[in-house]
Amino acid sequence: MKFSGKVIKYGSNVDTDVIIPARYLNTSVKEELAAHCMEDLDPDFKTKVEPGDIIVAGSNFGCGSSREHAPVAIKASGISCVIAPSFARIFYRNSINTGLPILECPEASEGISDGDKIEIDTDTGEIKDITTGKVYQASAFPAFISEIINSDGLVGYTKSKLK
Amino acid sequence: MGMTMTQKILAMHAGKDNCAPGDLIEAKLDLLLGNDITTPPAIDIFEKNRFGTVFDKNKIVLVPDHFAPNKDIKSAEQCKRMRDFAKSQDIRYYYEQGQEGMGVEHVIIPENGLARPGDVIIGADSHTCTYGALGAFSTGVGSTDLACAMAAGTTWFRVPEAIRVDLKGKLNPYCSGKDVILYLIGKIGVDGALYESLEFTGEGISSLSMADRLTICNMAIECGGKNGIFPVDEKTIEYLDARIEGGYKEAPAWLFPDEDAVYEKTVGIDLSEITPMVSFPHLPSNTHAVGTFEKITIDQVVIGSCTNGRFEDMEKAAAVLKGRHVADGIRAIILPGSQRVYKQCLKEGLLEIFVDAGCVVSAPTCGPCLGGHMGVLAKGEKCVSTTNRNFVGRMGHKESEVYLAGVEVAAASAILGYIASPEEL
Repeated sequence: MKFSGKVIKYGSNVDTDVIIPARYLNTSVKEELAAHCMEDLDPDFKTKVEPGDIIVAGSNFGCGSSREHAPVAIKASGISCVIAPSFARIFYRNSINTGLPILECPEASEGISDGDKIEIDTDTGEIKDITTGKVYQASAFPAFISEIINSDGLVGYTKSKLK
Repeated sequence: MGMTMTQKILAMHAGKDNCAPGDLIEAKLDLLLGNDITTPPAIDIFEKNRFGTVFDKNKIVLVPDHFAPNKDIKSAEQCKRMRDFAKSQDIRYYYEQGQEGMGVEHVIIPENGLARPGDVIIGADSHTCTYGALGAFSTGVGSTDLACAMAAGTTWFRVPEAIRVDLKGKLNPYCSGKDVILYLIGKIGVDGALYESLEFTGEGISSLSMADRLTICNMAIECGGKNGIFPVDEKTIEYLDARIEGGYKEAPAWLFPDEDAVYEKTVGIDLSEITPMVSFPHLPSNTHAVGTFEKITIDQVVIGSCTNGRFEDMEKAAAVLKGRHVADGIRAIILPGSQRVYKQCLKEGLLEIFVDAGCVVSAPTCGPCLGGHMGVLAKGEKCVSTTNRNFVGRMGHKESEVYLAGVEVAAASAILGYIASPEEL
């Protein structure tokens, strides 16, 4: 899939407690979660995010709790993709499972600035910074992960297995 | 190529003779776990997709521990959703608040004899890695993973690379497993073991209690680890034999690391060099030895959680608090990790020591650890906590601060009103 939007940039170790604070986990309604996404890290996130925008962050994005509410809140906020050098492993699984595109690319994380306009192709892993003209290549998903994505997520994959 | 303990367990559960780091495998599951926050979304997925009946009602554990006893109406609805699902699916290990065997999930699963050496266990909770202390492969997953695994009885894993943590020596007084894991996280960083297994080895293991080992594995996730795992020894067998239905005499014969197992690196730790540790806000890796920093006054102390809510932890807290009193202006909140721990505290007079010392004693709950209830922090407040995370806003206001420590430092800090070692009393 292809997405384009402006970049909202964060540092390393963005944890799931700041992505969606536990005090809001008495619900799993995605719109309610999106209303509080990132509020302890960046109170302006809610007002500046526009549909299609891309989060570019430092390493170990999504560390901490296993709450699937984190990728759900990010996606429901309108974010189309998250780019980071590395993701915490449960967040990685949860993103694949809930359909939030994520790309691992240390060079893009380093080179892209807050507010840049970028275009990404999640199938090829190509990241194009329209503002600077630079192009980056993210690592491809392992074949098995692509199979899950292509089966419409883990639920579709499990359904086909249970048949 | 030789295999680590983790790799052997995964190969065995995938029906393979061997496996190597990077392999993607489908593994049979021995136990699945969910709580009142992560299970309701899993039930939504399970029911919406008409998965029908769970694969095995005797292999699923559901525990309302996070926002229970219900902190508000929405939390009550989430607990009810899980309770109704457990009833309709006839889930054997659903634990109701207040009943025997109930408590914080990672305290009760070992305590109730539900985790065994060589098992593969997943839980929709990041601290599921706790059971590696018993020689199991156990790791955290999300709600969709839980929903699909409840239907299929299997899940996929990428076989992890390994880091060997070689322990030697013995712990100093006032040091415990908590100081070991904080020390390790401080050394390798919050992503130092990202996607990897932490395999504990060495002669230092024999001196560590099961409570120490459970605390160490509990926080493997805080350095990014997929799991932490200890070899099985006499202490493990003794612990399991007292708790598993029908007893437990021997671990599977294949459950040991091969001599030629490959480790990405080895981290050596001399236990005798560790002194009481504290992790400053806002990362568990921000560790400092007590006594090496300026006086930090505090507002609250929390003792409990899946990290430090076992009876041994309560005993350590009581030993420090006995005959003393919490400092003026400090709130000290103690949460025994389970009904059993609570009852043992009652029988052995620990509750009286806590109450006489001016502590709040709560029913078992995760409550304050994640800023849920039973001890949420106001703007600017500082808390010394025996829990596992000190991220921004973790226990309340985004401008509050959490200092992670072991039980004895937490108890001493409650008495003195600032972060301190029991040696200062």
